[in-house]
Amino acid sequence: MDCDLNLKATELRLGLPGTTDAISPPKNNKRSSPDSDSAPPPPKAQIVGWPPVRSYRKNNLAEAESGSFVKVSMDGAPYLRKIDLKVYNCYLELLEGLEKMFKLTIGEYSEREGYKGSEYAPAYEDKDGDLMLVGDVPWEMFKSSCKRLRIMKASDARGLGCAV
Amino acid sequence: MCLFQSVMNYLPKEVLEHVFDFLTSHHDRNAVSLVCESWYGVERFSREKVFIGNCYAVNPERLIDRFPRLRSLTLKGKPHFADFNLVPDGWGGHVYPWIEAMAKSGINLEELRLKRMVVSDESLELLAKSFPNFKSLVLVSCEGFTTDGLAAIASNCRLLRELDLQENEVDDRKGQWLSCFPESCTSLVSLNFACLKGEVNVAALERLVARCPNLRSLRLNHTVPVEVLQKILVRAPQLSDLGTGTFTHDPDSETYVKLKNAMKNCRSIRSLSGFLDVNGRCLPAIYPICTSLTSLNLSYAPGIFSNELIKLICHCKKIERLWILDTIGDKGLGVVANTCKELQELRVFPSDLYGVGNTAVTEEGLVAISAGCPKLNSILYFCQQMTNAALITVAKNCPNFIRFRLCTLNPIVPDAATNQPLDEGFGAIVQSCKRLTRLSVSGLLTDQLFLYIGMYAEQLEMLSIAFAGDSDKGMLYVLNGCKKLKKLEIRDSPFGNMALLSDMGKYETMRSLWMSSCEVTLGACKTLAEKMPRLNVEIINENEAGEDKASCDDRHRVEKMYLYRTLAGPRTDAPDFVWTL
Repeated sequence: MDCDLNLKATELRLGLPGTTDAISPPKNNKRSSPDSDSAPPPPKAQIVGWPPVRSYRKNNLAEAESGSFVKVSMDGAPYLRKIDLKVYNCYLELLEGLEKMFKLTIGEYSEREGYKGSEYAPAYEDKDGDLMLVGDVPWEMFKSSCKRLRIMKASDARGLGCAV
Repeated sequence: MCLFQSVMNYLPKEVLEHVFDFLTSHHDRNAVSLVCESWYGVERFSREKVFIGNCYAVNPERLIDRFPRLRSLTLKGKPHFADFNLVPDGWGGHVYPWIEAMAKSGINLEELRLKRMVVSDESLELLAKSFPNFKSLVLVSCEGFTTDGLAAIASNCRLLRELDLQENEVDDRKGQWLSCFPESCTSLVSLNFACLKGEVNVAALERLVARCPNLRSLRLNHTVPVEVLQKILVRAPQLSDLGTGTFTHDPDSETYVKLKNAMKNCRSIRSLSGFLDVNGRCLPAIYPICTSLTSLNLSYAPGIFSNELIKLICHCKKIERLWILDTIGDKGLGVVANTCKELQELRVFPSDLYGVGNTAVTEEGLVAISAGCPKLNSILYFCQQMTNAALITVAKNCPNFIRFRLCTLNPIVPDAATNQPLDEGFGAIVQSCKRLTRLSVSGLLTDQLFLYIGMYAEQLEMLSIAFAGDSDKGMLYVLNGCKKLKKLEIRDSPFGNMALLSDMGKYETMRSLWMSSCEVTLGACKTLAEKMPRLNVEIINENEAGEDKASCDDRHRVEKMYLYRTLAGPRTDAPDFVWTL
């Protein structure tokens, strides 16, 4: 019966999510009720108000860490746009999104030649304030270090390794 | 009656008043006022500073009646667990009635300090317009106001010295509140707007700083860029407390060089905070001031890697107060232990609140600190794991703890080495630290720990319990043993009616008791409320607001109960979901 319902997958255990060893306490008298067997409380992420950190601090940390909305400027465009990086799962999706938003083609990335053959090259400003070509680093690393996107005219992007 | 006593009785009031002037702590003044009627009378007319730990314990009218010369008021509103979202919005804690009453009675208010209260723009406007000598506003963890309210304060308080906003939720109306300080305002000593989300007029800020020669404390928000910080530091090298805004800049740029030089010139800075959004490579700019720092708060800077933190800490030999994130790691704490011999207060906050990170600290870091920092007396430590052995060692190394708060990220994690409850470890802490006044415990804990607390924690005033204990006995040990207990807050623990009702008089000696997700029933709360008319027993019932209260079964467990002693009777501003029994 257990196999059919795969109760193990939804079982509440004391282990942190993703771990397989279940640490059960030697005695568990917490909120013992006659019908259920002693179920440990859910992993920390699901308990209201735990860890006990002020909401102000929680919100600020979350913003500081995720801050996923970034400005996107395009050379020659009158105003900027904003996109949420969290929404994309890989560079391909991001570039497609940008192409749709600005009605242009960016083309394919190659490590040696950058964005060859396209009118535009996507660049971004990282945490240190440097202007970098999109696509060099792993996606997750890019997401956390990208502060701002800039779609440059390929002619200006020669220094970034784009063959034009 | 001895000669001394008869002499004291015939001292003229002016002499008594003069003597009382030397008493600044409200504990001392309260004690003095209980000696006899004559002293009560003299004391009440001379008291200028009043501290009210629970705004619902007393009416504004009563306050004004007793202390007509009131100049400085400190008020606290919501219960502490409100910080962790356990108290629904709209519970209460409004400051308006207090300001209104004081304004009507012509109180010469100069200072107002509020914590966990609801502050509306109307109250700030009324405050700004009613008290011509108003000098100091300190708001901690408050909410309900916008930058419009701040504009009212800036515009109207001619003699303003201090505007200190700490961790408040403020609605930013994109106004120009900072520009509202008139050109004639030159009296600012302290300005802290770090918690504001919106941009401020930086030109106005620079001019304000330039015309306030007594400015000692300035904490900027994250919208103030490094260029502006640098200019401000040039104008105000006398600052002793600085909170930076963002701290990201290209370390090779001219601005950065200017910043470094400006920093070098600020020889008075003893306290540093901010670094909201920081680039680790910019940190060397602050090395010159690190050597004289006594207070450092990097707890809002998740972007600093452990090795950068360590390099920074190595310069901070005089640090007494350090607030950091657990990204520092056990190794980093080892460096703190070797470097910061003057350390008194340490707070290590969790950086990874939603995931399963590996950046947390463990018992190793805590032990290292306890061994290396002999002056340590206050700690808040969020950690991945703990052991009894470590706590016992810490207790031996640091018998001087006044505040000890330990929070394991998993609330019922047992001893990491032995899998046993952490009773013995915390027990060692309370036994060794005879001056302990505040304690928060976590991890797997049984009634045994509470036996220890009741036996040894003689000075304990505040105790926080979560997911701990086995039975009513646990809570009873604490209530019977801790004679100085003022605030007890308990969540998710199996304490019930027997413990709640065993010594009802005890609650009149305490400020408040919070119990949520425990085993207390409605019937027991009703009994308590009936027997103790000078307590407000509040039930917070979010799910059943408006439900017919008469039909509620007395046998139902109460989800959230908050009780407190009061002279004001049941409060008149309670929302629907709060039921005062």
